[in-house]
Amino acid sequence: MTAPTTPSTSGQRRFRRKSERIDDLAAGRSLSAEALRRLRRDPVALTGAAIIGVFVLVSLAAPLLAPHGATETFPELQENLRPGQIPGPQPGFPLGSDQLGRDFLSRMLLAARQTLLVGVMATLIGLSIGMVIGVLAGAFGGWVDTVLMRVTDVMLAIPSLLLAISVAALAANPSQTTVIIAVAVVSVPIFARLLRGSMLAQREADHVVAATALGVKRPAVVLRHMLPNAIGPVIVQATLTLATAILDAAALSFLGLGDADPGRAEWGLMLAQAQSYLEVRPALAFFPAIAIIVVALGFTLLGESLREAIDPKGRR
Amino acid sequence: MLRFIVRRLLQVIPTLLLLSVLVFAWLRSLPGGPATALLGERATPERVEELNRILGLDQPIWTQYLRFLGRVLTGDFGTSSITGEPVLTEIGRAMPATIELSVAALAIAVALGIPLGYLAASYRGRPLDVSVVVVTLVGVSVPVFFLGYVLRDFFAVDLGLLPPSGRTSVGIDATSVTGFAVLDGLLTREFDASWDALTHLVLPAVTLATIPLAVITRITRASVLDVVGSDFVRTANSKGLAPGTIRGRHVLRNALLPVSTTIGLQTGLLLGGAVLTERVFVWGGIGTLLADSITLRDYPRLQALLLLGALVYVLVNLLVDLSYAVIDPRVRLS
Repeated sequence: MTAPTTPSTSGQRRFRRKSERIDDLAAGRSLSAEALRRLRRDPVALTGAAIIGVFVLVSLAAPLLAPHGATETFPELQENLRPGQIPGPQPGFPLGSDQLGRDFLSRMLLAARQTLLVGVMATLIGLSIGMVIGVLAGAFGGWVDTVLMRVTDVMLAIPSLLLAISVAALAANPSQTTVIIAVAVVSVPIFARLLRGSMLAQREADHVVAATALGVKRPAVVLRHMLPNAIGPVIVQATLTLATAILDAAALSFLGLGDADPGRAEWGLMLAQAQSYLEVRPALAFFPAIAIIVVALGFTLLGESLREAIDPKGRR
Repeated sequence: MLRFIVRRLLQVIPTLLLLSVLVFAWLRSLPGGPATALLGERATPERVEELNRILGLDQPIWTQYLRFLGRVLTGDFGTSSITGEPVLTEIGRAMPATIELSVAALAIAVALGIPLGYLAASYRGRPLDVSVVVVTLVGVSVPVFFLGYVLRDFFAVDLGLLPPSGRTSVGIDATSVTGFAVLDGLLTREFDASWDALTHLVLPAVTLATIPLAVITRITRASVLDVVGSDFVRTANSKGLAPGTIRGRHVLRNALLPVSTTIGLQTGLLLGGAVLTERVFVWGGIGTLLADSITLRDYPRLQALLLLGALVYVLVNLLVDLSYAVIDPRVRLS
């Protein structure tokens, strides 16, 4: 099918989309292959993916890109300054230094890695626990379902930041691990409910009934026939959670529940620490803030277009 | 209808009971246990043991839980470990500030979000729609506290248009009636006090409103698009009804149903956001109390705030569900 050379009306466009879908099905493409095809043409998805790509590349290559170490201090930068001043950009230090005389550019680059780590670990932990709960509840139903869903109800009844705060407050000494766990806990009930919902929808589906009738064992039915078809919305949610995890971690740092390690370079932590130096050097807050906003936006863009791409109703 | 209300009310009870178990377990797993949490880390073992006895922590766990539940049900949330005041008194004092802030923020979010979402949906795919969608996506990606600082530095510090922090200016002598500063000024006819409180309210309310605003706009847009594509709207169109009638009676009315649920869900976000916003603007409400409790490790206060926060959230969503049933008969019949 060739793309029309003249701008088409929305009616024509809609017709074209519909016929593409029919082509897809006729060609025997799976729903996920079709979704991927739609994603590849979606400028929103591509923008999100590009942002995430750069972010991941920077965090992987950070030690090579960063001219200095994260904890290396340069007292000589502060020699000609009045006390309380923070050195600005100068040769060798394109972004100046931070409040402790460390190269700000290097810390920004190295922080990409820690920020990615916090986001990914928190999401993975939340996802794994949430999935176990969701699969158990959705596959078994009955009292297992009732009990598990009551627990998630309660977790959802606590406003998310309050929940994260109360988990983080349990630690005697805040660290990166406690931040990751606190942020992860918040997403557990969301993943669990989502997966349970789409597992329930699968239970009565023809292919599941057929598999059961053919004598496929229960665990295999659940894991091989129900789960793969129910996982779509969960993947979307995980992408969106990567964004909120990074933002929540920043909020915890701001409230003093963040990582207590003064050497750690992580955007949320750097942003929270920079609040005390806003008048002196706002750049210390702006760079990490912009980095967080762009990365969170990247995950949100990709997540939202994923949601649209896997929507069986197609794009309206 | 009455049956629906009763059934929905009964559903809340297990949730709240389980919540009390969770909070109880939370209090018991605090570093060093509740006694150390109360006395501080430098307490002598003898004092910890004595307090354990006073608090009944040497009793079996079930007895402890039931006593905890009994106290909470009778409204006894203990005293703050920092100020020694009953926690409930402190919370009551801070409550009006937070309610005022949240109501203002929610009002901004609803008043702007619904028209914006509707507008975006009407111009689907055009530049206006695209820019609304992009702005809402950026809106949810900005750390709330950072936005607060940026707004404060620009409008209050650089331009000097609005006060940077607090609820009232020094020198304004306002009579307190309800605790809601803007309302008090109107009630006592001290309009300058009301105006002063209003100018203080603008920046924090705008900061707190951003995320709910983005969410409400997006839901309204999606919901309107959903309804516009439905059969009954096509029927209304083909009957030749006036576009205004279709928009008001068919589209908007149906599209606002999911929006009303979303508005209820925003109260949770508002509570979380208030913690951050109040800290930036030194607002002195529940959020400030909560942030202070964390810094000072005031666990009795934190526990009460946690319980009450969840309670408010559950009740607001209950109200939303009930109002939903009033608007949409399908809900109470199912």
